[in-house]
Amino acid sequence: MSAALFIDVQVKESVARDPEIAAKLAEVCPVDIFRAGPGGVEIVQDNLDECVLCQLCLRVAPAGSVKVIKLYDDGAVLGA
Amino acid sequence: MRFFEYESRAVVAKAGIPVTKHGFARSPEEARTVAEQIAGPVVIKSQVLTGGRMKAGGVQFADNPDEAARHAEHVLDLEINGHMPRGVLVDSRASVKHEYYAGVVWDGLRKQPVMLFSDMGGIDIEEVAEQHPDHVARAHFSTTRPFSDWQAKQLVASLGITGSALNRLTPIIARLAQLFLRYDMTLAEINPLGELEDGSFVALDAHMDMENEARPRQKALLHELGVGDEETRQAREATPFELAGEEVDAQDHRGVAGNVTEFDGNLGLVIGAGGGSLTLFDAVRAHGGQPANYCEIGGNPSVRKACGLAKLVLQKPGVDKIAVMMSIVSNTRVDIVARGVIKACVELGYDPAEKIAIFRIPGAWEDEGFKILEKYGVEYADRSVSLHGAAKRAVEKIQGGAS
Repeated sequence: MSAALFIDVQVKESVARDPEIAAKLAEVCPVDIFRAGPGGVEIVQDNLDECVLCQLCLRVAPAGSVKVIKLYDDGAVLGA
Repeated sequence: MRFFEYESRAVVAKAGIPVTKHGFARSPEEARTVAEQIAGPVVIKSQVLTGGRMKAGGVQFADNPDEAARHAEHVLDLEINGHMPRGVLVDSRASVKHEYYAGVVWDGLRKQPVMLFSDMGGIDIEEVAEQHPDHVARAHFSTTRPFSDWQAKQLVASLGITGSALNRLTPIIARLAQLFLRYDMTLAEINPLGELEDGSFVALDAHMDMENEARPRQKALLHELGVGDEETRQAREATPFELAGEEVDAQDHRGVAGNVTEFDGNLGLVIGAGGGSLTLFDAVRAHGGQPANYCEIGGNPSVRKACGLAKLVLQKPGVDKIAVMMSIVSNTRVDIVARGVIKACVELGYDPAEKIAIFRIPGAWEDEGFKILEKYGVEYADRSVSLHGAAKRAVEKIQGGAS
């Protein structure tokens, strides 16, 4: 699968390096967009378009630290 | 999935229904050996998954083992309706007083199996039902409540059969109904069911079809019969296009995006939902369209699967456009399918607005789905447009000029 067409996900750098949050994000995402790597949160680009907009990632990370952006909706931010 | 006659005989015998002495042979020598064991006149029957054996010369009679071997050699080389035989069934020739028909078939309308019994066996039951309806008895039975022999007895008795014949036929019909349930059959048929001179009954021929989806849980039976996982047992071998569809569907466990059947039209179909595929396929044809394929999508497949299916259809030679249509009943997310089909177009270098003749999937997450479709300029319809209306639009679009 090539680059995502519909969804982008951004994680604040300070949070992205937190191994606990990385593990939580990897655990809750039903479509494996997050991976807990040695440096913290990694975004699996190939899975971005699988996002089902469930907002679980928004709930386990500190408020505002994870952004799910709908590229098809003028960059609307999920849950904003 | 269909079974060869020799396999159907094994299933019938396993259920405790009497069968004539018989054996399966893959060579004239094996046929001779079986005939020697039977030690009497035999019938050599081609084992093919198609009808018309008798007319094609695939059924021969032999009085001794030498003749059986000679006939087997001929029958083993005989192609019938494009099928080469798996082998031959060497069957003893029984002295039959009367032929009956016994069958159990799934009634899709009643959503129940129905037992069929006729005192006119040996010919097509459809023909008997049409010309002699008073000679066919029917009785539905439950798939959830235990089957009772009295149901079979009542069926047989309804044709006026009494006494010893009734008592001997009842367990045969009951066992047929029970094997139908136990082995997830869609058809279990004994035709003819022969009444011998001594008043006993034997299955002279049997035909079984099993629900394809039941294969995983019927592994033990299939293993016992020697049916390999690679044997599809469909009416024809799957085409490379259809096999590719299976691969798409097998990508992950989420939803369905496959069950592809190849046709030779120019309108690719990405269709589905609770019987919607058949309705939509028929609707396209009813409006003069020529489908390039049949398929089923539903149950919330991943974007990757929806994309894979759409790509497969888009790349099929002769496909000018695709129509993405579903009924609302599957509750499959509109936005997920929209992402999948648009991604397929984009990754193949097509303009989704040109390639997607119509997108008609109403239901869950349709607001998000419609935003996606609007962004890419794809014509879409909500639930106010019927399945037939959507199919009509797709056909009109493709007939108006291909991209």
